[in-house]
Order: sequence, then C-alpha cells, then structure tokens
Amino acid sequence: MRADSRVAGILLPVASLGAGLAVLAIFFTLSGYDPAAALGAMFRGAFGSWYAFSSGTLVRAVPLMLIALGFTLGLRAGVLNIGGEGQFYLGAIAATWIGLKLGSWPGVIAIPVMLAVAFVAGAAWVAVPAWLRLRFGVLEVISTLLLNFVAETLVSFMVQGPLQESQHIYPQSDQLPTAVRLPVLPGTRLHLGIVLALSCCVLAWYVFRRTMIGFELRAVGRGPRAARVTGGLRVERIGAGALLVSGALAGLAGGVEVGGVSYALYPNLSPGYGFTAIAVALLARQSPVGIVVSAILFGALEAGAGAMQRDAGVPPVAVYVAEAVTILAVLLADAVSSRRRDVVSA
Amino acid sequence: MIDAGIIDGFLGAAVRIATPLLLAALGEMLSERGGVINLGVEGAMLTGALAAAIGASAGGTWTGLAASVVAGLLLASIFALAAIGARADQIIAGTATTLLAVGVTGAVYQAAFGSAGAGLTLPTLGASPIPGLAKVPLAGPALFNQPVTTYIALLAVPLCWWFLFRTRTGLALRAVGESPEHARAAGVPVRRLQFAATLTGGAFAGLAGGTLVLAQVGTFAERMTAGRGFIAIAIVVLGRWHPVGVLAASLLFGAATALQFVFQAMGLAVPYQLFLMLPYVLTLLLLAGLVGGVKAPAALGRPAD
Amino acid sequence: MTGAPLLQLRDIHKRFGTVQALTGAGLVARAGEVHALLGENGAGKTTLMHVASGMFAPDSGKILVDGSPRRLRSPRDARTAGIGLVHQHFTSIPALTVAENVALFAGWHVRPRELVARVTALTERLNLPLDPGARAGSLPVALLQRLEIVKALAGDARVLLLDEPTGVLAPSEAEELLARARAFAEAGGAVVLITHKLDEALRGADRVTVLRRGLVVMDGPVAGLGARDLTQAMIGDATLLEEPSPAAFLIEDAERRVHVAGLEVARESGLGMAVKQASLGIRAGEIVTVAGIEGSGQRELLRAIAGVLPVFRGTREVSRPLAFVPEDRTTEGLIPDLSVTENVVLGLGRSASWVRRGRLDWRAARGRTAAMIEEFGVRTSGPDARAASLSGGNQQKLVIARALEREPNVIIAENPTRGLDVQAARAVHDRIRDAAARGVAVLLYSSDLDEVMMLGQRIVVMTRGTLREARPGSSRTEIGSMMLGGAA
Repeated sequence: MRADSRVAGILLPVASLGAGLAVLAIFFTLSGYDPAAALGAMFRGAFGSWYAFSSGTLVRAVPLMLIALGFTLGLRAGVLNIGGEGQFYLGAIAATWIGLKLGSWPGVIAIPVMLAVAFVAGAAWVAVPAWLRLRFGVLEVISTLLLNFVAETLVSFMVQGPLQESQHIYPQSDQLPTAVRLPVLPGTRLHLGIVLALSCCVLAWYVFRRTMIGFELRAVGRGPRAARVTGGLRVERIGAGALLVSGALAGLAGGVEVGGVSYALYPNLSPGYGFTAIAVALLARQSPVGIVVSAILFGALEAGAGAMQRDAGVPPVAVYVAEAVTILAVLLADAVSSRRRDVVSA
Repeated sequence: MIDAGIIDGFLGAAVRIATPLLLAALGEMLSERGGVINLGVEGAMLTGALAAAIGASAGGTWTGLAASVVAGLLLASIFALAAIGARADQIIAGTATTLLAVGVTGAVYQAAFGSAGAGLTLPTLGASPIPGLAKVPLAGPALFNQPVTTYIALLAVPLCWWFLFRTRTGLALRAVGESPEHARAAGVPVRRLQFAATLTGGAFAGLAGGTLVLAQVGTFAERMTAGRGFIAIAIVVLGRWHPVGVLAASLLFGAATALQFVFQAMGLAVPYQLFLMLPYVLTLLLLAGLVGGVKAPAALGRPAD
Repeated sequence: MTGAPLLQLRDIHKRFGTVQALTGAGLVARAGEVHALLGENGAGKTTLMHVASGMFAPDSGKILVDGSPRRLRSPRDARTAGIGLVHQHFTSIPALTVAENVALFAGWHVRPRELVARVTALTERLNLPLDPGARAGSLPVALLQRLEIVKALAGDARVLLLDEPTGVLAPSEAEELLARARAFAEAGGAVVLITHKLDEALRGADRVTVLRRGLVVMDGPVAGLGARDLTQAMIGDATLLEEPSPAAFLIEDAERRVHVAGLEVARESGLGMAVKQASLGIRAGEIVTVAGIEGSGQRELLRAIAGVLPVFRGTREVSRPLAFVPEDRTTEGLIPDLSVTENVVLGLGRSASWVRRGRLDWRAARGRTAAMIEEFGVRTSGPDARAASLSGGNQQKLVIARALEREPNVIIAENPTRGLDVQAARAVHDRIRDAAARGVAVLLYSSDLDEVMMLGQRIVVMTRGTLREARPGSSRTEIGSMMLGGAA
C-alpha cells in the first residue's frame, strides 16, 4: 500500500460521493423538486442533532457496516456475494423465531444465542450458492441474486403463516420479548449492534493486515492460479469459506436489526440494505476502516432521505440514484487509474 | 378435472408470461456472446417499463413500445460506457446500473403520476389472433392468439440464430466473446462490436419491459420487474447461449409461472408464495443440473484490452 | 537471387509507453528470397512484424508494398495487400471450427457448405490437409500451426511472415517447415523468417537482418557469415553463449531425491492419460532434462511429481522441501498485481520464518525480500514494487530466487528461460548449475532442444506419454528422432 494511493483512497471516494450528490441535485431540479431544500433537509436529518446522528445515521450504519464487511471479505477472495439482502432476511427470520422462544432466558445468554442463530442462518442461506459454485461452477453472482427474491417471499410467507402475530390480523410477527432486545444507549435508539459492528471491522482489519489467512484471501482473489500452483492454496475451499462468512455477517445484520431496531419481523424490514452495502463496500475500497466511514456516510443518506420526504416531498427511493452514481464514479476512477498504471509498466 | 379450456389457458398464459423473458434473454445472449455480462438488464427492463407507461399514456401503445426501446438503449449505454469503455468490472457496473434504474424510475414515476398512481390505467395490447392458425388445437391459442409483441419475440429467435451463425458479423462477435485478443489479431473491431451487442441487448430489454407493461400487466408499479432481468441472465445460461435454447428455457419459465393459474382454476389451495418462489428455485435447480459441461463464451466477464 | 522488393519497411519507429521498441528499423523482403530476421528475445522482431502485418501503426516510417507506399490500418489491410503473418502464439479460437477460423481471419462469408468447400480447396492447394469441421481446440500443436499457415495464406498472400515457427516443433518437423518456406519463396513469394536460432538463419535463409534493442545492426547476405558473427551482432558478446558443458556426475553415494514408478497421470481435460507408466529416479546433485514436443505429457509429468497435479496410479516419492518453477510466470508463478514481497510470501507459505502461529511479520518478510533482490540482482524499485512492473527477465530471477530461498532438495522447472534475453537466460542457467553443485536435484523441461542438451547430465524424452531415457552421449538428431517416437 503506497502512501500516495492511500491519499487517493480517501480523496476518490469523497469525490465520488460528491459526484453522486451533485447528480442527485441535478436530478431534483429536473424533476421539479427544490434541490437546496431537499439536500438541506437531508443534512439536517442525518447530522442536525445528537439524536439525529445517533438514532438516525448510526443506527442505519450498523447493518450497512456488517453487510459491507461481508461483501468485502468475499470480494477480497474473488467471490461476488450480492445476496446480502436475502441473507439479512434469513438472519432476521431465524432471530425472530428463536427470539420468540427465549423470552424466559436471561438476556446475557439469550442475546448471544439469538445473534449466533442469525449468523448461522445467513451462512446457511449462502451455503447453497457456495455449494453450487464448488460443485457445479455456477456463478455465485446469479445464485446469490436469485435467492434474494426467494428470501423476500419467504419472509412474506412466514409472517402470514408460522410466525404471524397471535391475533392473526397483521402480516408481522409478535414483538420480541424484552430479554432478547439489544441494550440501548440511554436517550437514543442506538443499540449494542454498533459495538458489534465496529468490533467486526476491527477484527477484519487485523485479519486482513496481520494474518496469513488474510493474505491468502487476497492471493486467491487476485491470482487464483498462482495461489494454487505456487502457493499450494486450496483456492476453491478458501473461496467457499469466504462466501460462507460473508453470508453469515449479512445474517448477523438481520438478527441485529430485529433485536435492536424493529423488535419484530415484517416484510420490507430492509430498505435495500443489501444493495446499499455494495455501494458502501466499493466506496471503502476494501478497507475495513473505510467501511466504517462509508457506512456512516450512507447511513446519513438514508436517515436524511426520511427527512427529505417529510420536509421537501422527495421520494426516498431517489437516494438510490445517488448511491448508484457513486458506485459508477468509483468504478470509473478505478478503471481509469488501473489503465494508466498498465500503460506505464508496459 | 383438467379440461381443454384450462390447458389452452395455461399454454397461452405460459407463452404470454415467457415473452418478456424471451426478449430480455435474447438481448442478453447477444451481449454475452460478445463477452459482456450485463446485470443492468434488470434495470433496462424496469426503465423500459416506465418509459412504456409514460409513452402509452401520452400517445398510445406503439409510442409506449418505441419509448421502451429507447429507454433500454439509454440505460445500457451507461453500463456499456463503464464496462466496455472504461473496462470497469462488469458485474459491479451492471449492479450499479440497475440500482440507478431503480432509483430513477421510482422517483420519476412518483413525479409523473403522483403518489396516487396506483390507479393508473394504460391502453394495452390485446391479443392479435392470426386467422386460421389460431384455431389449430393446442398450439393455436398458445402461439397464434397473442399480442403482437409475442410474435416479435418469436420472430427474433430465428433472426438471432441467422445473425450469429450465418453472418460474418455474428462470427466476429462470437470470436470476440471467446478471445478478444485473437479476434483483434484477425482484424475484428472488438470494442465496437461489444458496444453494438450490449446496446442491442439493452434495446431488447427495454422492449421486454414495455411488453410487461403493455401486453401483460397493464400498469406500472415500482420495482415491478421483480428480478425478471436476472432470470433472463439465468435463461441465457440454461439455453447455452443459443437462441433455440433460450426459447426453450423461456417457455419453461413461462410455464412454471403460469402453473399458479392452473392450480387456482382447479381450486387447489396452495400458498401463493410458493408460486412466487418457483421460478427462482427452478432456475437454481436447472443451473445446477444442467451446467455441467456447458461452455460459456470463454472471455465472458473479462474486459477486452 | 534478387527479385522485386515485395515489401519494404523503412525507418520504423515504435514506442510503447516508456519503452522504445523500434528505432529506425526496417528490412526489404524480395520475391524468391527467404529473409531471416534475427534477434534475441525482446529485440523487437515481433513488434516489427506486427507493424508489417497491420496490427499496429508505426509512430513514424514508411511501408511500401510492390514499391508503392501503403498505410496498413488493420490486419485486414495487410491481408488485402498480400501480407500474411503466422503468429508465434497461435491465434486460432478454440471453440470455433477450422473453417470458421479461416473465415474469420480471411474475411470470408459464412454459408456453411460454400465455406467448407472453399476451405477444403484451399488446404488442398497448399498441401496442408485439415478437417474443416474440427474444433480448433481439439487439434494437436502441429495441426494448429498448419491452421495458422492456412489462415495466413488464405488471402493469396505473396509475403509470408513466419514468427518463430519452429519453437513448438520437433527437429524434423522444423526441417519440413523450413522446406515449405523455401518452396513458397521459389514459387515467387517472399518469406521473412523471424527467429532467435542462429542455425535456422544460417541454413534456411538467403539474407539476414539482425535486430538488437530495436536497432538494425546487420543486414546482408547469409553467405560468408558464421555463428560467431551473428551472435556478436545479436548480443554483442559471443561468449555469453558459451556455457560449460554438463559436469560429470560427481557426488558419491548421493541420496535419491526423486523416485517415481509406474506413474500415470490423467490429462487435465480428463480425457485419457497424459503420462503412462513413467519411472524415473533422480539423485542429489543431478540435473535431468526432459525433451519432448509440446503435448507429449512432460508438463503433466513434472506437475505430478511437483504435487500440482494428482497422480492417477503409481508411486511418487519426492524429498521435501520442493520448489516448482511454473512455465507461465505471470499467471502461475507470480501475482502481477501484488508486490514483490507479497509474491515471496506467497511462494514460501506458512513454513516461512516470518509466519508464526498464523501471524505474519511483514517487516521481516520485506527485509528478507530486499536481501533476496540484492543477492540475485533483480532490477526493481524495491520490495514494495508491483510484480507487474518488473521485466520478464527480472520476474524470472525473482521466481528462481524465491524457489532457492526455500533451500529445496528438489527443483522442478518448466521452460525456465522462456522469453528471456540471452543474459537473463544465462543467469538462470548459472543458478541452476550452482544449485545442483550444492546437491539440489533438478528436473527441468524445455521446449528448446539446445537448452535441454546444454544443461542435462541425463536426458529423458517424452513421447506421447511414454518416458524413455536417452543413452549418454546421444546426439541432437538421435534425441530429435526419439521425440517423434523413433528408436532410442
């Protein structure tokens, strides 16, 4: 990691986000919304107060951090898991199911159990694509993607069926008992998940930078043939393992969301966290530290989107535009800079 | 009891549902034959759908269809500039393009039709039966009593086949998808061909979205494509990148989705979510079962220099 | 025997990024003549031919066809101008058929029946029979080269450019090829034979042009020139090519380091056996070289012994630590995007001194890498440089340095000097001989028969999966004949 590339590593994402916001502003103007009012409302909703920051921005940053970390882990090993949304939902389903059963347990035990179940559920959901990839060479991009839709449908099925609340009126689960609800920072809605997410990022940073397995992931991702022939690494196993952990992290995010924010399961629990997390990861350029920053930025976008709708009448789905433009900008910058590097070394 | 009427209805529904999938898949097949995998096909389909809705409410069904083609083309050009022009990672560029489309269509839809757009009604393409052929038992109602867009889709199959296997440009495109470096050594303009194939794919996908709105559902709703674009990608794999295979796979999907109507007509109570899941699960099963030994274009996903 | 100048390249300059590949280079190809373009790896021969065949445009200079200036904007233009290039690295597309490949390169229409008839007519006219319906990917190497030639001549070429055509052929096949080239010239065409092999130029050509670092240093008739003159022109120091002959085997009671018996290895495609019942023993300090035309199973043999490919049947005992030097350094030996240090870490694995209980000490790794760079004379900006920024020769030095860092008992190498210039190749050879002198057992395959003979104390030959050992003192011709299945 050369020093100058680290500077570029910070400037570039910031510039890309700036580009994304600029395009969003133009888009607003073209669609008849007041860009200044909209962007202003967005900023206030995200950073305007301690409450806004902690309970709006940071709360939304948590699942983004976890899923983006999972995506990055996979990317590092050369596997593209874009099924984070579906794995999130499976984690949420599993957490809800077990959480409803653990009401009489002390929280100190119940919460870790619930989160562990969510973690495993996420891994189980991605195990099918992992196996299809290992055994049949099926592109994990397609299989993880397809399972997103199955997961969403599964949630709908669960909350209208086995997990439906006791009155059988609404398509949602019962509220989770207090024992399994994540402790919250007093005065805010910021829950323990933030600690979990940050710890995972720190752990990932250590693994990537200081351990042999972290290096092996990178070798497998950047040069699978050389990794196998020269390094003697079991490339397929490492890839499958990375895929499983990446799914598990997304599942964990689902469990955390259920246990810390919604306290229940219902359809559309995720406002597209799985896809936004891809943008978060790309912006962070595979750096766990960058993921923390990037997740907060995108959490701010999402939190601000709500305020944008209230105050300026802009539909929150427009935030996707900013996210997508950001991704495209990062991609272009990456492609251009690597092309320049190739020419120099030719 | 299953009577002839139900079967006719089932077959007809299967073909009608398969049509947008077939269109999108044929387009994606062309793009992938050139070595470019375009995940933005879902976004192109969605954008085409919205453009069709806007165009149709402004000027009727044909305006809507034309608008859908243009919209798909435009969206695919964004992807093509990133993936082919700037040689960015194709998967991520495609995903980003779809995200972009989701955002843009959601916002534009609300701006154009207001938040009470649920009641939007559009002029639709009714069935245009082909005289004589439409009366043929079984195949008649299924194949020849369909909206015009289905006929376009069905005609596109032999056209694509002829293009790929009987023309020099088609041969060049296949060569590009296998090995862009060798194709370049043969004098083939690699990037230009990839652009052309991918943009054509986008146009097809846009038309698929238009078909979805104007010949099937009859209205527009946010995210209405629900992954059909991605299923189209799977269809291309299942169909082994061959027009006839793509046709077969699309019909299979149409049939699987149409199955729910059969069950409804027979009065069987099966949770509807099962049918919603069926196409996706079926895709996965088939991908696993049939992928062994299938050869994708060798340079698929790799940026050409 | 001077005919009309069919193709003239004058004062060609070409630069790629910071590298000046050609400086005022040129040559004249005359009808009826075989013209050798000689130069070591990296001298610019292929670049000059790519300019001549329209692959890229020169920065400056003139191209004249039949005396009139032409601009060749693409390979199609060159084809129309009557210039056909047979590439060094085959350009056929494996998934397409022979006929489709010809159609693609010649720009012909694709109506199947007409196409097949046309291709059959062409191959018959050229006396290079090929099955038009066969998939190019299923053809053996010799037929693939035939396809390359057919593609080059499909457009009625009058100037035939052959880029290093004999590299993949057995000696007698190479002779046959040179004879065909001569026949083409005698029929009125011009042939430019690009090669780095002196004897081919001396035997097969009428005129020779020598390129060194992008400049023409010699141009004239072959008659009267000797190997020394050419070597001197090519690399400036003839002595580099004079290597010590393989030392007599000295170590008494040397222990056995490699022992395979009845070894069978399946082809990577899964269809059939690449190695059939091979038995071989190598002792400490021995250098055993393997000769064989490409596709004879030598690759599978070496890789199975190195543990990279699974053994189907038979016994394999190899004394560890083992170092494997793969043929393709940019996809199998190194990871180009990673730094030099990271590549060293990759090659040494978990048993390296800087790995303790799964934790990596990067500072130690970087320090040791810097020492290795120094010791082996690898030219690079430092241990953090991207591996892709090193030249081919330095990349190979790095790979060898890394292999030796393991202090291996056995080194197995595939084509370790491929693509390297004479100096770098010599350096690699010296390292290998040093290692053997210190007791390392070496098993090495090279597609260059001269290298096989120069390095090997014992020579084994692979023919269609069967391994046979050559008698001590076998001549080049004898080994060449064994390669084609002749008697030992």
